[in-house]
Amino acid sequence: MSYPEMMIKPMREDVTRLGVTELRTVEDVDQALGNMQGTAMVFVNSVCGCAAGGARPALMMALAGEGKSLDHLYTVFAGQDLDATARARSYFGEYQPSSPSFAFLKDGEVVGFIHRHQIEGRHPEDLSKVIRDQIEAVS
Amino acid sequence: MADGMVLHPGHDDLHGITVVVAGTSGRTYVGRWHERQPRGVVMRNVAILEAGDGDREEWLAKLRKFGVPDQHRTYVVPEDECAGVERFDG
Repeated sequence: MSYPEMMIKPMREDVTRLGVTELRTVEDVDQALGNMQGTAMVFVNSVCGCAAGGARPALMMALAGEGKSLDHLYTVFAGQDLDATARARSYFGEYQPSSPSFAFLKDGEVVGFIHRHQIEGRHPEDLSKVIRDQIEAVS
Repeated sequence: MADGMVLHPGHDDLHGITVVVAGTSGRTYVGRWHERQPRGVVMRNVAILEAGDGDREEWLAKLRKFGVPDQHRTYVVPEDECAGVERFDG
């Protein structure tokens, strides 16, 4: 189910204002993740208030934290940019689709994943530490 | 939305949380708790392990690592089938 873009826009901007590049099309995704070198995070954004409402501020805190950084930061919007999201998930191997979620890649291989079930009900501050740990591990 | 609170007033505390439901039949259900009704527990995006169809703990460990396959978009576990409920990421 797609939502009115007016409703989605602030949720996109919560992420893109952090310097995360939004991938809106299949071509965007292939250009970003095909033959990718280095380290990357792909945040699968979503509307769901229960989990995504905590994931976005957690991401903000994690990226603001001190420590290592990733070479590439990407996001797709599940339930909205359907083709781009499906294509991004095709790069996630046997990891099951869920949203919101975070995939961490190194030279194109998924080396870490935060599933929706690891996000649900968790306070953003706690989740930011989980994200931070993944960034440190993949860097 | 910055506090991560559940934003669905009127739903119970488990709404939107992925849980493991142990079935009296020996089945195991993993999915997002939607609500409890007189007819049973309504779950979303559910994976089911049939009784005797592999090691339960190994199956749960695989789902914890790789995620929950969406075998059933919505599934109602009958009330008399619910032997126990626990958070999946507990």
